[in-house]
Formats: sequence, structure tokens, C-alpha cells
Amino acid sequence: MERVAIIGMGQTQHAAQRTEVNFPELVYEAVSLALKDAGIGIDGIDNVITTCNDFWDGRTISSMATGDVSGARGKNVSAVEGDGAFGAFYGLTRILSGAYGTTLVTAYSKGSESVPYLITNAAFDPIYMRSLGLDMVTSCALQARRYMKRYGISEEECALVAVKNRGNALANPNAHQGMRITVEDVMRSRRIADPLKLYDISPVSDGAGCIILAREDRAKKIPHRPVWVKGVSFCADAYLLGDRELSECRALEKAAQAAYKMAGIQDPRKEIDVAEISEAFTYQELLWTEGLGFCEKGGGKKLIASGATAKNGDIPVNPSGGLMGAHPVIAAGLIRILEAARQVRGDAGDMQVKKQVQLALAHGVNGVCGQSHCVWVLGRD
Amino acid sequence: MGKRVAIVGTGQTHHRSIRRDVNGQELIHEAAVRALKDAELTIDDIGGVVIGNMDHFEGINYVDCWSIDGSGGYLKPTIKLTTGGTTGATLAVAGYHMVASGMFEKLLVIGWEKNSESDTTGAIITCTDPIIERQFVAGAISGLALEAQAYMHRYGATPRDAARVSVRDRRHACNNPHAQLRGEITIEDVLNSPRLADPLRLLDMCPRSDGACAVVFASEDVAEKICPTPAWVLATANRHMFSDYTDVVEMSSLLSMVEASKELWQKLGIREPLKEVDVIELYQPYSWAGLIWIEDMGLCKKGEGPKLLWDGVTDMGGELPINPSGGVVATNPIGATGLIRCAEIALQIQGKAGARQVSDVKLGVATGFGGNWWTDMLAFGKKKPN
Amino acid sequence: MENQKKELLTIHSSIDAEQPFRWSAGRYRSRFLAEIRDHKKFFGVRCPKCRKVYIPPKRVCGPCFAEMTEPVEVGPQGEIKTFTILRFSFVDPELGTAKPVPYAFGSVKLDGADTVLTHYIDYTDESNIRIGGRVEALFEEKRTGGIRDIKHFRLIE
Repeated sequence: MERVAIIGMGQTQHAAQRTEVNFPELVYEAVSLALKDAGIGIDGIDNVITTCNDFWDGRTISSMATGDVSGARGKNVSAVEGDGAFGAFYGLTRILSGAYGTTLVTAYSKGSESVPYLITNAAFDPIYMRSLGLDMVTSCALQARRYMKRYGISEEECALVAVKNRGNALANPNAHQGMRITVEDVMRSRRIADPLKLYDISPVSDGAGCIILAREDRAKKIPHRPVWVKGVSFCADAYLLGDRELSECRALEKAAQAAYKMAGIQDPRKEIDVAEISEAFTYQELLWTEGLGFCEKGGGKKLIASGATAKNGDIPVNPSGGLMGAHPVIAAGLIRILEAARQVRGDAGDMQVKKQVQLALAHGVNGVCGQSHCVWVLGRD
Repeated sequence: MGKRVAIVGTGQTHHRSIRRDVNGQELIHEAAVRALKDAELTIDDIGGVVIGNMDHFEGINYVDCWSIDGSGGYLKPTIKLTTGGTTGATLAVAGYHMVASGMFEKLLVIGWEKNSESDTTGAIITCTDPIIERQFVAGAISGLALEAQAYMHRYGATPRDAARVSVRDRRHACNNPHAQLRGEITIEDVLNSPRLADPLRLLDMCPRSDGACAVVFASEDVAEKICPTPAWVLATANRHMFSDYTDVVEMSSLLSMVEASKELWQKLGIREPLKEVDVIELYQPYSWAGLIWIEDMGLCKKGEGPKLLWDGVTDMGGELPINPSGGVVATNPIGATGLIRCAEIALQIQGKAGARQVSDVKLGVATGFGGNWWTDMLAFGKKKPN
Repeated sequence: MENQKKELLTIHSSIDAEQPFRWSAGRYRSRFLAEIRDHKKFFGVRCPKCRKVYIPPKRVCGPCFAEMTEPVEVGPQGEIKTFTILRFSFVDPELGTAKPVPYAFGSVKLDGADTVLTHYIDYTDESNIRIGGRVEALFEEKRTGGIRDIKHFRLIE
């Protein structure tokens, strides 16, 4: 794969409600920061990819509203509907195809403007499942139950993710919420859909992220070190919940294996220095670490209990706080890429892991119960 | 440097106003299977799936995930794009970049829509700003009417001129077994059809359809092994110029078409598109676009579109046939429509267009239109690009 | 089983499943609507680079990619840039009921603005509406801070 780097990035202050801005203005914040970070003007952007979702925006073809604020005028542009990590993939291919030297990729959503459970209920098949009232939380509760039963995982063991990530989020200036809590706090928090309790569930945030990808020759004169794309892949599993084994994540395994192959990684547990993954619910961090090959199947609970995934463990996961810290839906995966890139650059501030980061992993999810995953490997060289 | 990319197989459903016999996934599956059969490939040969439609027509969120059973994306990379009416063309452009990047060798691109499942006008109304303008508009019809009024006022074209476009496309559609509306109409039929929004009448407008189209994009490493005449992607260009409808002041010209076509012709080294292009599948959601946008594309001067129509230049057998498939006024499954334009051009280049074949096609252009007066364009050629 | 009529079912969504939304207008549009509500005035914003005046106002001028901060009062009268008369009956998605037709709406370029407002155009005689025609806004007595605080634009002269 030809050498392409992330040369700029920006994200908004994620919050429960950003009522002072409409979503184009939210995107503009992230775009402005990314351009400043890269030290380039809008003319240095060759093409634009917007990642958004009509349902979350309450607007058909919502991508049209953010053209002006992304500098789309006079340029070739496109829009991906799905998590930002997927949008960034398309942005990457538009450079690798030889067509463009730089791509600006944005992703955003304002979850506060609607009722999230109705939005995610709309992801369910209208003929067989929608009228059951399933939404992201209740369906993931099903997955959590299945996964926990299969491997004998307790709610307390899942709660460790909330303790770690919500604590990590305190060091993240952009986070929606950070808190110093204990396993007991998680166990005492309001039961939403068994076994998921309030603190097991990421908060839905208003937020936007932006990254600028550049071909090697356009990545030379920038203020920060470029973060190289070493490998990327994505994969989708079956749709109906009963058509796949919910206690596994084959799609993530496949995506990760393909990304690792591109990056020349043979032992991810040893070779990945830090990972930013999309854990909308605590059990998901355990399950995704298995799918990413950081441990064997069922080993997610042991991995976190060992402290290996703590900020200064040997495979830190979500030093930024992950989705527990901020979950602007659709933007989440793009922001994971951004946070992973910051670790590679060494400018993640108080979130920076101690060891030098040679390789970082970023991960985004689309669909329900982790049906579709996108994995990015970023590197220092 | 990227790979060269070609369309090596296409498939589409027989488009209808309502397909009660299939659900959305089955509709998608029909087109996917037909495209694979056309390319003589199986789903195992495919590296990934790119799919698109307009969400609010079917009311399903995360369609890339929902459609897996029908699209063949099971345990493959699957991604969704949507840009309103021009979704199909956007999908084709994505297919091109993703294969040219070297990330995929063979990619299945699918556009689909089951317009019968919702209120099309109502859904399109929701593309306008909810705070500033949603209360006044009436879907695609009202927006297009504004353009036609402005054009008519400035250049003096008449509803009779526009009707000539519908007559052309409905006649062309008779040659296309996939088209929804396959019956000729006369100028008087159009001028007497029910009024929708001045100056538009029913037969000026496209229908709403249930349909799907699938296209296999392949890289140069395998394209010529898969099919004898790959339809090579020569160039793409698009402009999504406006973010707010309130910024669109001058409506007698489609600015995005002016800009996108300039870029496309420049990339192809074309000075006189009327002479140098062999066939065009124009995303023409209503008759007037067949006058206005061919001017904006540079086929003739502003105001001279009607002359091109009446002289028969754009008819089958004319110098530059437009919409040999019957185009959008004969068939409009919105998420598929832009991709159907590409599939039809590919068929023209491959010599597989049957009764709607234009002779000796070396260079064909497909366009997409949608959203906030956006234009997407792709050029395909018989000869492998350098 | 063979004699059973092949039934094709249609599944309907319930009205309750519609998605309620609370869109933020943002600072620019909030000010625009507040000026209409409180003072019956139209405020746009000017781009520092190209000097175009945008109404409704927004933060960024697309062609210049420049932030706009200079408020400019425009109108109260304007010109019809284009219009149409809606004649077909359709269901208004905001109300869920059929919209009464015929009605006219169009793009109004208020004096001093470089963009247009979309709104109803009131008429008694259809032949009086034309591109280039002069119009002025008629405001509702009770205004709440929405675009419908303008009742419609009416033809003048």
C-alpha cells in the first residue's frame, strides 16, 4: 500500500447537548481545528468525504448541509453513511486511487436532537423485528447476556471497563463525561436492560471529528509528525441477530486479520502499543479485545483484570476514555482514529501512554451488536 | 498511481411501480445475482460490497447492515453511501476509487430503492432545512418547477419544447425490457396531463419505481480475463456545490453541471462534446432537464437546448443519442437510478444493449443528479486508458 | 397449500414510530428568527471576503470558506427570483394531513441580500405573479420564533 498519513485532526467538545450550534456549525469546529493542526488552508484540501446518517440528523441527504463548512465548494466530494472509520476508509482510497493528494474526512452527529432509542429501533427489520421495540441498548443486552453466559463472565468483571475508561476520560479535555468510580458504583447504578446498567452504557453525545489524510509527498511540510496508515480493513457479519453467534465477533476477527496482514503484524498483543476501540457497552470492550486477537476467546475478562489494558499496562485500551467518555454516534470511529493518531504523535497530553508508541490501533463499529467493524493500524514510521 | 478500473458485469431488475412479491433484500438480491451472472462470477469472487439508497424511502437505518442477506456482503467489507438522487452515480464513483486504490480487485456495487414503501414526496421534503424552508416545499416536483420557471422566463422555452423530451425518452424506453413505463406518448398527451406545479405536468415528471441495479467493478489485473469488452472508467467529476437551498439564486442554469462537465471534458481532452461523445445517459428527473442540462453540459449554447431536441440530434439515430434506455422519466428507483445510467453506458460499450444499442460506442457518459442541485458524472470508454 | 391464494402482505409503520426531533437553530438562525419575532426585521450576515450578504444567515460562506460575523439588515421588500404554483395534493409530512392546494411559493431575494428566502407567495390572480415581481412580507400578529412568523409574501405595486 502506498504511503498515506494523517496530517491533521480536530474534534469538538463533546457534550450531552450542544444547543448553541446546529450540526453544520459543529462540523465547522472540527474542520477548523484539523486545518490548523495540519498547518494548511482549505485550498490544501483536494477532496472531501462527509460521514453522517440521515436518521440521526432527521434529514434526508443530510450530508448536503455540511458542504460549505467542509470547504466542499469547487471540489469533488462524496458522503458515506455509517461510522466515521468507514468514511475515512473511503477517503483513503480516493488518495490511493491516484485521484487526490489530500482528503478531508468529517463525521458527526447530534444525538441530543432526537430520541436515540427510536433512531436505533429503525435499524431493525421492519417486517420481523421493529415492532418488538428492540433498540441498540436492549439488543446489546441480549448480546451481553449470551457472551457472559458462555464464558462465565460476571457483571463485576464487565464493570472494570467502566471504571477504567470513565476514569481515563478525566484526562480527556474533549470528553463528554469522566468520573472516578468503583465497581460497586457501577453495580449500584440504575438497571436499564439486564445485565446493562447505567454506567455500563456509553452516553450519547453531540460531537464531530475531522481528519486530514495525505499522500506522502503532501505530508512533508507539516507542523507535527505524520501518522502513517499501515493497514485498514472492514467486514460485516450477518444481519438478523439469530443468524450469528452473538458471543463472538467474526467480522471483527476478519477485519483485524486483514488489517494486521497489511501492516505486517503477526502478534497484535505484543506489537500493538495502544488501542482506541469502540466500546458502546462495557461487555463490548472485553469481546472486542478477543476479536482483535489481544487474547484468546473468552479471555477478555482476564485481560482487563490483569491490568494489561490500563493506561500504563502493556496493551493500553482506550486511554482517551473511549466511548464511555464520549459517544458522538457516527463520529465515534473517526475519533478513535484521531485519538490513536495522537498517541503515535506523542501529543495526547495527560492521556499519553508512557511507552513510545510505534503502532496504534483504532476501531469503529456500524450497525447493531457489532455487526460491522472497521480496523485501522497507524504507525510512527 | 492507481489501477485502471472497468465495469465487467451489470444486472438490474425489471423495474415496476410496485414489487409486492419481494421485500427489499430480495429485490437487491435479484440485481446482484444478475450482475454476477453477467460477469460469470460467483459471490466468492467478490471482495466487497458498496450499497446505497435513500434512507427515508424505506425507513430503514444502517442499510449496509440490514441488506447483507440480499447484497452478498456477508463476512465481506460492506459500506453504504447516500447522496439522495445521485446516490447511484456516487456509488459508481466509489466503486471506481475503491478498486483503483488496489484495496479490492472485484467489487459489487448496488443501488436500489423500493419507492412504493413510502411517501416519496414526503420523504424528499425532509431533505430541506427543517427550520427555514421545509414547510413550503413539495418534494422534488416543486424544486424542479422552480428551475423550469426560471429557465422558461429567461430563455423563452415552452412546455411544448419540454414535452418533446418526454416523448423522446418514452419512445426510447420501448426498446428497454427493464424500463417501467414502456408506452409511447405524444406531445399532446404531455400537454394535457394533470398539472403538478407550474409549469410541470404529470408526464413531464419521472415515476416512482421499485428496482435495483448491480454493477461489478474490476481492476485491470483481471478485467480483461472476466469479460471481452470491459467498460473502462475514463474519468469522473462531481460538484456538490450548495449546502442551503436558499443559496441557489439563479435557477436557469444547473451550476454543478456546468462545473462538473467542464472538469470532465478537460480530463478527457474533449473540446466539442456534441461531436466527441457517442452516447449519454442523463439523470433527467423531468423533461425540462433534458433542455437545460444539455446546455449546461456544453452540448450547445444556453437557450439552444430545444433546437437540439427538435432537430432530432438526441434521438436514437441522431448525432448524440441521449437516454437510449428511456432514462429517468421511464424508470426511477431513486437509489438505483444513477447506477442504472452507468450500467446502461457499460452495456452500450460492450455492445450488449440489444434493441437500444447505439452503433459504434467508444465513449459514453453517465450522470447523476440529486440533493441540493448536485451533479455527478462518469465517462466510460471501450479503449483501455493509458 | 396449493390452493391457498398467494398473499402478499404489507407491513405498516405506526404513527407513533415517527421520529420526533428538536433541531438546534444555532446562534445565527436563532438571531434571524428572533429579529423577525421581536422586530419584524430581516437580518443577514456579510462575508468579509466576497461581501455577499447571506439570508438566512449562517456561519460560513461556502465559496470563500470564511467565517461571517457582520450583521446586515435587508428587505423589507424584495423580488421574486422564481416561483411555482403547487396544484397536486400531497401529504404534508410536518402535519400528516393533505396540504390545501393550489398555493404559490417561491424564492424571494430581499433587497440587499444575495441569497433567497423560500416562502409562500400570496395572490388573488395567478397571472399577477411573475419572476421579477416585487413583494413584501406580511407578518403574523402572534409570533413565536419560527419561519411561519412570516405569514407569506404579498405582491406589491
